[in-house]
Amino acid sequence: MAGQKIEEVLGRGVPLRGDDIDTDRIIPARFLKCVTFEGLGEHAFEDDIADMKSRGEVHPFRDERYRGGSVLVSNKNFGCGSSREHAPQSLKRWGVRCIIAESFSEIFQGNCVALGIPCFVADHATAEKILDFVEKNPEKPLFVSVVDRLVKLGDYQPVLRLQIKDGSRGQFLDGSWNAQSQLLDGAERAAKLASELPYMRWKLR
Amino acid sequence: MGKSLYKKVFERHSAGVLPSGQHQLFIGMHLLHEVTSPQAFAMLREQGLKVAYPERTFATVDHIIPTTVDARKRPLADPVAEEMLSHIERNAKEFGFRFFSPENGEQGVIHVVAPEEGLTQPGMTLACGDSHTATHGAFGCLAFGIGTSQVADVLATGTLAMSELKVRKIVFEGKVPKGVTAKDLALTYIHRLGVNGGVGYAYEFAGPAVDAMTMEERMTLCNLAIEGGARCGYVNPDETTYAFLKDKPYAPKGADWDEAVEYWSSMASDPDAEYDDVVTIDCSKLSPVVTWGITPAQSVGVDETLPEVESFAEADRMVVGEAYEYMSFKPGQKIEGTPVEVVFIGSCTNGRLGDLRAAAEIVKGKRVAPGVRALAVPGSQKVQKAAEAEGLDKVFADAGFEWRQAGCSMCLAMNPDKLSGRQICASTSNRNFKGRQGSPTGRTLLVSPIMAAAAALAGKIVDVRTML
Repeated sequence: MAGQKIEEVLGRGVPLRGDDIDTDRIIPARFLKCVTFEGLGEHAFEDDIADMKSRGEVHPFRDERYRGGSVLVSNKNFGCGSSREHAPQSLKRWGVRCIIAESFSEIFQGNCVALGIPCFVADHATAEKILDFVEKNPEKPLFVSVVDRLVKLGDYQPVLRLQIKDGSRGQFLDGSWNAQSQLLDGAERAAKLASELPYMRWKLR
Repeated sequence: MGKSLYKKVFERHSAGVLPSGQHQLFIGMHLLHEVTSPQAFAMLREQGLKVAYPERTFATVDHIIPTTVDARKRPLADPVAEEMLSHIERNAKEFGFRFFSPENGEQGVIHVVAPEEGLTQPGMTLACGDSHTATHGAFGCLAFGIGTSQVADVLATGTLAMSELKVRKIVFEGKVPKGVTAKDLALTYIHRLGVNGGVGYAYEFAGPAVDAMTMEERMTLCNLAIEGGARCGYVNPDETTYAFLKDKPYAPKGADWDEAVEYWSSMASDPDAEYDDVVTIDCSKLSPVVTWGITPAQSVGVDETLPEVESFAEADRMVVGEAYEYMSFKPGQKIEGTPVEVVFIGSCTNGRLGDLRAAAEIVKGKRVAPGVRALAVPGSQKVQKAAEAEGLDKVFADAGFEWRQAGCSMCLAMNPDKLSGRQICASTSNRNFKGRQGSPTGRTLLVSPIMAAAAALAGKIVDVRTML
């Protein structure tokens, strides 16, 4: 059972400047009290949004100019912290389809892959260029290509190179980003391997 | 060239390469808690799948459970917390795995419970839907924090799709000064290598300082690997590891034990193992560490002043400025003397018996400063029982601490233990992120248990070495 192939994302940008934007900020822990992921989209960045509002500023996730945007752009170490899948789930439910950042936390990135959200790495200059473009042209779409590892900004802009992990790129292109079907296919050989591990023979209690 | 433990365990557990190019890695131990698992069981039910290895799946409740006796009565006052607890109880029954329940006195933070039960063992792979799963690497296993979709993968198949990591060996050399703990060493490697310095790596912790550590200290050291960006961290198994495991409930017994020690020893890194990177840290000049910012890398020695913004690379100054603004601190000010309103001793980082003993030693016969709220929270019910048997509960209570029941408590804001307003908390937990301890404007200073104890008595950050 292969999932949907993800070769490109076309959508407007959402600029989220800052390094080390952690999962507690993406979705504060009180919203982890739930047994489904439904409704998490409306709580994405809730505390950051309130904090900015109290200072008379508008967070990009509440800024009318970026409403309906789907390409999130940020700086270094995006998604660091907890393994909570609630974080990418809330972004996805808010409308994020793809993320470009200078670097990512690995667990967060793995969670994004499982949800079909490609994570692209841009060098600092490229990230700043994209952020500047989106802030100046919030209405213009970005074209992000998994196939060619690049982003096109609006219509007549230069093409910017991005990086994406080969493993996850392959998964997006063949629709296997949700690894479970492949893992189920390989369950038998895994069971054979397990039977050969010494600790699987020891009595548990 | 020899191989590292990481490479040996990875190779031994790879069932093959998936079409995506990732390895299908068998997971020998799967730990669950109530927050990241309910949606995974919903996925299983949707697809009509069973738990592939229920006998190697263990769960407890830690994040949402209140830590006072009254508040733990069922049903829990918070209906969502009650629903989450009921869900994991029901899932355990329905899918046939073991649940360490509060009623049986076996509950606690999952990363405290599994080691004390003897479930965490060298040479195995272990996964849990929690980033601090890195803790278990202290035993010389590969321990991965995973998201909920991956929890569903492990439940359904006993495996994970994983790419091979690079390995960085971090060698702790020199004599560790008095008053400097495993927590300080952990905050030091994060400070030196950065919060994303470990991306793409497994961290192997080694050197004389690590060899001399207890298992509890090694757990603290590995617990914070994830805060340094590493996918996992580990210490090679040795006699200390085996002595800890011997006679634990789920540890191998009899002939199995002998075979186990042989297998475990064989998985340790070879003396001539190849590493992608080696970093050495001289412990002899370290001081107790205090974080001052909003990432665990933003720290100073207790005898130092806060760094100038200009001392950072230009690319890092944005987050440094953000930290100063959030914390209302100024470059050049001393960290010592910073007033604290709350002190939290506990969590998967520092909630074990050794941590409580060390903190109790500081507070014994003294009083918490007026106006300071101080919590001592055992990491598990077994830790609690052992601590109470030694009278540590009384030591803390007599000093003015609240002695609590086991749970994640004030490490994160998912139970009634929370900061309010802009309170500053000296905390033995693992994250000083904005809003982490339950108030969107609350401030966290990460410290060791003895530094937290000293702060509780003084009402401000002080150098614990003056009290030793």
